[in-house]
Parts: sequence; C-alpha cells; structure tokens
Amino acid sequence: MTVTSTRQSSGGVRALYSGNARAVVGRGLLATRSTNWIIVLTGVFEPVFYLLALGIGLGGYIGGVQNAQGDTIPYAAYIAPALLAVSAMNGAIYDSTWNVFFKMHFGKLYQGMLATRLGPLDVALGEISLALLRGAAYGLTFLLVMQALGLNLAWTAVLALPAILLIAFGFASLGMGITSYLKTFQQMDWIQFVMLPMFLFSATFYPLTVYPAPIQWFIQALPLWHGVELVRGLTTGALGPVMLVHLLYFLVMIALGLVFTTRRLRALFLD
Amino acid sequence: MPTPVITANALTKKYKDFAAVDGITFEVAPGESFGLLGPNGAGKSTTMRMVGAVSTRTSGDLTILDMDPNEQGPEIRAQLGVVPQADNLDTELRVRDNLLVYGRYFGLPRAVIAKRADELLDFAQLTEKAKAKVDDLSGGMKRRLTIARALINDPRILLLDEPTSGLDPQARHILWDRLFRLKEQGTTLVLTTHYMDEAEQLCDRLVVVDKGQIMAEGSPAALIREHSSKEVLEVRFGSDKNEGASAKLEGIGRLEVLPDRILIYSDNGEAALVEVVKRGLEPITSLVRRSSLEDVFLRLTGRTLIE
Ligand SMILES: Nc1ncnc2c1ncn2[C@@H]1O[C@H](COP(=O)(O)OP(=O)(O)OP(=O)(O)O)[C@@H](O)[C@H]1O
Ligand SMILES: [Mg+2]
Repeated sequence: MTVTSTRQSSGGVRALYSGNARAVVGRGLLATRSTNWIIVLTGVFEPVFYLLALGIGLGGYIGGVQNAQGDTIPYAAYIAPALLAVSAMNGAIYDSTWNVFFKMHFGKLYQGMLATRLGPLDVALGEISLALLRGAAYGLTFLLVMQALGLNLAWTAVLALPAILLIAFGFASLGMGITSYLKTFQQMDWIQFVMLPMFLFSATFYPLTVYPAPIQWFIQALPLWHGVELVRGLTTGALGPVMLVHLLYFLVMIALGLVFTTRRLRALFLD
Repeated sequence: MPTPVITANALTKKYKDFAAVDGITFEVAPGESFGLLGPNGAGKSTTMRMVGAVSTRTSGDLTILDMDPNEQGPEIRAQLGVVPQADNLDTELRVRDNLLVYGRYFGLPRAVIAKRADELLDFAQLTEKAKAKVDDLSGGMKRRLTIARALINDPRILLLDEPTSGLDPQARHILWDRLFRLKEQGTTLVLTTHYMDEAEQLCDRLVVVDKGQIMAEGSPAALIREHSSKEVLEVRFGSDKNEGASAKLEGIGRLEVLPDRILIYSDNGEAALVEVVKRGLEPITSLVRRSSLEDVFLRLTGRTLIE
C-alpha cells in the first residue's frame, strides 16, 4: 500500500467556485427581514446630518471653496460628494465587518454553506455583494438628497452612481478580507479606530493642501481619499486623468479583498 | 460488485503532529448503509468531514463518486447530504426558509425546491412548524430539520454524524424509522455513532474505529460472532468486591472486569451462572444477555464505548 501525499492547496477555481454567489445574496436578503432598521436608518441619516450642519450651516459662513480646477464652488457642494463616498463606505463596512465577524465566530452559517455545492469564492462574493448593496443603497439615498438640494453641479454626477457602487464594492471586499483575519473584539475595535480619522481627514471637509507634504502622501494612500476625489470630480464636473488612478485603486482593493476572504474562508471552514 | 461510491485508502488527517485519522482504508458500495463506530475522539467526525469534502486530507487517497475532493469539492458536495454532529441550521431564517435557501445553495430551480421542501417537511413531521423560528424547535425537531435539509438536493450519499445523539428514546426511534425508509429507497448512508443499538439497527456493515485506526470490519452480526461469544453473563458483587471475585471466576469463560461489574463471555449464560454459584460466589445481581457490539468494542480496545 503506497501513501501518496497530497498537494495541499491544489484544486484551482473548480474547488473554489460554483458560480452561484447569488444564492448567498438571496439568503442575505431574506435574513435582512429581521434587521434592526434603526441601525440602518442611522447609517443613512448620519451623512445627511453632516451635510446639513456643516455644508449648509457652516458653509454659510465660509462661502465658496476652490475645486481641483481652480473654480469656486459652494462649500456644501464641496463636501457633499465626500459625504456621498462616506455613506457608501459606511453601508459597505457595516455588513462586511461586524456582521461578518459574528457569522465567522459565533454562527455556523458559513460552515453550513460550505457543506453544499457552494465554494468559498461563492460565499465571499455573495457576502461582499450584500455589503455592497447596503453601501449602494445608502449612497443612492444620499445622491438623491444632493440632487434635491441642488448640489450636483455637472451632468457627470450620474456617473457618481456607478462610482459609489465601485467604492462600496471596494470597502465591502477589503472590509470582509480584513475582518476574516480578526479574532477578538479588541481587534475589531481597531477598525473603528482607523475609520474615524480617515473620515475626518481624507479631504472630506477641506482640501488636502492644508497639510504638510508627508501627511498628504499618507492620506493619499488611504482608500477613502480616492473615493472622495473620484466622486467629487464627477459631481462637480472637475474631471481629469487622475480619475483612472482612483478607479484602479478600487479595482485592486476589490481583488485583494476577494482573494484574502476566499483564502481565509477556505482555511477556516475547509481546513 | 458495483463500483464503490466512496473509496478511502490509507486516509490520514493530522493536526500538527497528532494523527486524528491514522491511515484508514474502506469502501462503501452504492445503496449500502455503512457505519463508523467508536468512542469519543476516535476520529469519526474528522473522517466524515473529509468524506464530505470540507476537510483536506493530509495523506492517503480518497475518491468520492469518482472524484477527488481536493480538486472537485463543490461538485462532490453537490451530490452529498450532510448532517453534521452539531446542528448548523440558519437561525436567522424560519423552518421552511431553511430548506428553500439551502436548496438554492445547490443551484436548484425554485419550483423544484418548493415542492421538495413541502415533501420533506412532511417526511420530517414538521409541516406544522413550517413558519416557526429555528430556535423555537426542540432538539429532536432540529435534528429532523437538519436531516430534511440534507435531503433537499436528493443526494446520492447521506452523511450522518451521530444523527441521534442527545435525543430521547422516542425521538431516536422516529429518526431511525425515517433513516430506514431512506435506506429502502436506495440512498447510500454513511453514519457515525457510539450507540451500538443504533449501529445494529441501521448498518449493513461497519468499521470499529479507535484512535484514528480501524480495529475491525464487518456486518454487526459477523463482528459479534467473530469477536464475542453468543451470550454474556453480567454479575455484580459491589464496587470493591468485583476485583476479588474475579480471581475465583477463572475458567468459566473470558472475563472482563469493569469497575461496576464483571462480564463473563460464554455461549450458555445460564450454565455459566450455575457455575458461578457452585464456586460459592453470591452476586448481588446477575443478568444473561446476548452479545452486542459493545462487547466487540470492549474486546478490541479494552475500553467501553460510552465512558
Ligand atoms: N480542528 C482540530 N484541531 C486539532 N485537533 C482536532 C481538530 N478536530 C479534531 N481534532 C482532534 O482529533 C481527534 C478526533 O476528533 P473527532 O472529532 O474526529 O472525533 P470523534 O470520533 O468524532 O469523537 P466524538 O465521538 O466525540 O464526536 C480528537 O482528539 C480531536 O481533539
Ligand atoms: Mg464526532
């Protein structure tokens, strides 16, 4: 009798994916019926409150701000796209971090899913899509508020919709990727610890030029800044080739998140 | 002989240096009902997880329905029904939705799933609970729902890891009845248990596993015939006297001295009891029974199944 040692992680896509992420999304939507709607509404209204308080209130004192092309635009129209990116981010992060953390460690949902025809990539893609949907819903609501307040300055604002899908996808993907490696509540708190300063300092409320150069570089490495700049370009009509960089940034983020989530699901539930 | 649906050859699973499954070899024929019998930590669940294509083997070969679980996990799992040792029902969904959603994981059309879900609810005697929350079901109902869920894809092989553990006798009998029907319909069953009566009831053939290795293999009757006597005489003398009494029992039959009783293996239990009394011993209680798989296990491992 010979003992053939097996190739640990062979398999390829056939071992990882069955092309059925929509079943995971379907399950998520059905389970959403028992969601805590207060939390959802808070997530939707938070950026709207910021917009009203800072954009309209504070903006009244400040007057105009210069955009990337040197045109002066109202302060509210300057921060609104940033808050739009933030609301897409918040929605995506909500599902892909805490919700995923609980499912990974306290429920046996993924274990059950992975005993079926689903592969880890189906589960990753499905769960990320679900988070992305929430991000998109938050973003869309906010975009409508912006429209109602006349803060969309250019026709390219319609492209903000696919942009927020991309942003939500990126944050959902990376959020789940990171969460899948975290084991304790303390580690989860770190996510919050990073999110708040990122929200405040990513050229959300004032241009990056107020910072010294090294800090500018640091912020430019963070995902939210790319999201803010991308959406701001589209809603204010200040477009440029740099948009492609933002786009690429999010595509890489999505890919990384998917790879890490899939790996981790495989390691945890298909050991 | 038809091609086996499961072939395991020197199958091994190691966690670090510890071999949870240590080179086991077996085959399961289509339509067969195959059991893994063994005590806690024997490696039963680990074996089931490898067969279920949710755990990667460390070495050895494993073929399920002509496929290698390392390469074609999703395709293999598409043909399996899995009842894990601990229920993992979706507690955020209601009873019937658990079946519907699970069916979708297999990519089955909604209409097919809906029809099967109703049949399976009936089969599991849960039709009235269709809209209940999973957390509100009793342990036995959860187990039946888990089995119903495992059947939603009309699997060729049903893997049951301790299907009745933690259930009261009545609930166990209901489950056995359901499993027996599946067997009659030709579904291949692979089950683990540490209840010998369950193994005797449900398994055509079984392996006795201990410390990750197979100790014996055969049908329940053959195993008993081979490794035990026809009857067993159980005598008790009181906890501290068993040890001393055993010295005087030599030669009546093979002896097993347990903390609470002594087992004497003999083809004629009554005759053995007469002999015990003749030797001037007065057991507090005595009992003659047929040999069971428990005795086979004791013989093979020197330990009882349920500690
Ligand atoms: N993920 C794991 N990491 C490390 N050791 C493990 C792991 N899973 C199982 N083991 C060990 O492997 C051995 C076999 O475990 P397994 O669960 O297969 O036993 P079992 O026969 O199913 O027992 P039981 O009757 O209690 O369910 C045990 O010693 C267990 O501690
Ligand atoms: Mg077990």
